[in-house]
Amino acid sequence: MANLILRDLVKTYDKTEVLHSINLEVEDGEFVVFVGPSGCGKSTTLRMIAGLEEITSGVIEIDGRVVNNLEPKDRDIAMVFQNYAIYPHMSVRKNIGFGLRSSNAPKPEKEKRIEEVATLLGMNDLLDRKPSQLSGGQRQRVAIGRAMVRDPAVFLFDEPLSNLDAQLRTQMRLEIKKLHQRVGSTIVFVTHDQVEAMTMADRIVIMKDGHIQQVGTPAEVYHAPANIFVATFIGAPAMNMIPGRVNGGGAVTLATGGTVQLGGALPEGRDIIIGIRPEDLLPGETPGVLRGEVNVREPLGHETLIYVGTSEGDVIAKADGRTPPEIGEVVSLGAHPDNIHVFDAATGEALA
Amino acid sequence: MAVAEQIRPTTDALLKTEAPKRPRNLGQFLRWLLLFIGGIAMVMPIVYMLSTSLKWPHEVYNLKLIPDEPTIENYTYVLEDGRFYWWFVNSLVIALITTVCNVIFDSLVGYTLCKFRFPGRYIIFIAILSTLMIPTEMLVIPWYLMSQQFGWLDTYWGIMFPGLMTAFGTFLMKQFFETVPDDFIEAARIDGLNELQIWWIVAMPLVKPALAALAIFVFLGNWTAFIWPLIVTNSVEMYTLPVGLSSFGDEADVAWELIMTGAAISTIPTLIVFLIFQRFIIRGVVMAGLKG
Ligand SMILES: Nc1ncnc2c1ncn2[C@@H]1O[C@H](COP(=O)(O)OP(=O)(O)O)[C@@H](O)[C@H]1O
Ligand SMILES: [Mg+2]
Repeated sequence: MANLILRDLVKTYDKTEVLHSINLEVEDGEFVVFVGPSGCGKSTTLRMIAGLEEITSGVIEIDGRVVNNLEPKDRDIAMVFQNYAIYPHMSVRKNIGFGLRSSNAPKPEKEKRIEEVATLLGMNDLLDRKPSQLSGGQRQRVAIGRAMVRDPAVFLFDEPLSNLDAQLRTQMRLEIKKLHQRVGSTIVFVTHDQVEAMTMADRIVIMKDGHIQQVGTPAEVYHAPANIFVATFIGAPAMNMIPGRVNGGGAVTLATGGTVQLGGALPEGRDIIIGIRPEDLLPGETPGVLRGEVNVREPLGHETLIYVGTSEGDVIAKADGRTPPEIGEVVSLGAHPDNIHVFDAATGEALA
Repeated sequence: MAVAEQIRPTTDALLKTEAPKRPRNLGQFLRWLLLFIGGIAMVMPIVYMLSTSLKWPHEVYNLKLIPDEPTIENYTYVLEDGRFYWWFVNSLVIALITTVCNVIFDSLVGYTLCKFRFPGRYIIFIAILSTLMIPTEMLVIPWYLMSQQFGWLDTYWGIMFPGLMTAFGTFLMKQFFETVPDDFIEAARIDGLNELQIWWIVAMPLVKPALAALAIFVFLGNWTAFIWPLIVTNSVEMYTLPVGLSSFGDEADVAWELIMTGAAISTIPTLIVFLIFQRFIIRGVVMAGLKG
């Protein structure tokens, strides 16, 4: 177990910079999830930590030791790959034991360690099978077992669940989280799925185009997104964004018509964008934000999502599950001032 | 009426299944016929080889399939002639060593070209590929001059050295290593294997079918090689089997019955090699099917 520090980490491929000065401190035992759209540099960051990719500049420390020039095997890390990377020609036992090849421990001790890990993953009965005789979830468990067997300081996961079907994914998500609680090791987990990030992470690192957008707990990134990208990336359906301009006294004229009174010291004349999550945008709530006609209803049982037409396109709001407004009905939607996020229209940054 | 309408689609369906049957049968018949002709064309030389090996010399030019007076005299003669054993052993040693070397060197180079990024990688690959376009007949003279300079004439090494690595094998292995996911290699790297171990322990078992195919090609190619062994060897004891067999008889009269007998005996190792490695190939295909 150990902490992990990334300092001014930069990666260039043939003169193209794909990672721009990444800074992050991961605490001992923390479960950190890197999330972001495909191509934003998550895997590259992870592979640099693992030692599979050269570091262009910057420093990586594991457990207080600079590892920049260490081989992967000397960094005290283990990695679980998207395609499991378990060897089809070896039994489960051999695959799990593969992580111990470079250890000098005597054979009985290694055997014991393999059994321990298999027990922890509930795979004792499967040790002598070949990977081709396992289900997708079981293969993933073998891959995790192979990483665990060495008891590394840091676990690295690169989208380990994306090859599983939705149900299995939910189940493995839970299993990995439980495993973390039991073993308590430091984990860096990469995914493009914000639900995975929200449900598993102690802290989320949101990335885009090789930059970190925000680092925070799931609650922080959800309730206090640092910018428009984070606000729309986290949460489904995505946050509604409505352009507006600040008038005197904190009143904001919206592009959809009407004004909304926002407290705080917003500079007069500034172009802003207000963001409201669908679950915070409710019919009849005050202050009112906009009016429009219901175009589509999506009943979800306990609630109904309604798509309300405005001059800026549809916004999504939440209505009652039992007696939602009719299609074609004109509704007034409002949101509690605490639930209205304000962003600078030019930079996209959140305005406090 | 309603009943008739219900029935009609069924009868239509029946008629429809009847109709295409005949052309399908004809197609099948033609296919069988083609296979039959192909099979005959491939089997005939072997049948003639066996038949000739059972004939007396005076019957050889009589192209009858069944000899008038079958004899195993030729077999006794060839097997009692000490030279045959020499040639057989020469061929076997040379083919085996060459096969092992090809399996190792071709896959080592193929793996490197496939999985490592280094400057000049592409050029090297193209250079190797381009040697495929040069026929053996053109290379024989430089090889001979080289062997002469180094004193390799009339030695095993002289016979073997041009074939210890082949461009074709390198290309084949490179293509097959493309099917080994990089994740496998990186996972092994994290687990502390060095690059040579990764190649041998992780990558090689995953391309076994290709290795088996390569082994068959190389073994057969060397077992039947003629031009170069003929040129590089001088003494009868250094002949390989094909070279030795062609020397049966004298200037005036080629002893076809003996050549065919030797050839018949010499097919035995190729059969064995094929039977052994074919199992690997089939198993490899089955394994690949189960994967993923
Ligand atoms: N080997 C490589 N050569 C050149 N560019 C690469 C290479 N690997 C990744 N990249 C680029 O780096 C960026 C980040 O890639 P990656 O870390 O794989 O993204 P993610 O894992 O977030 O989807 C992408 O724009 C990708 O095109
Ligand atoms: Mg990735």
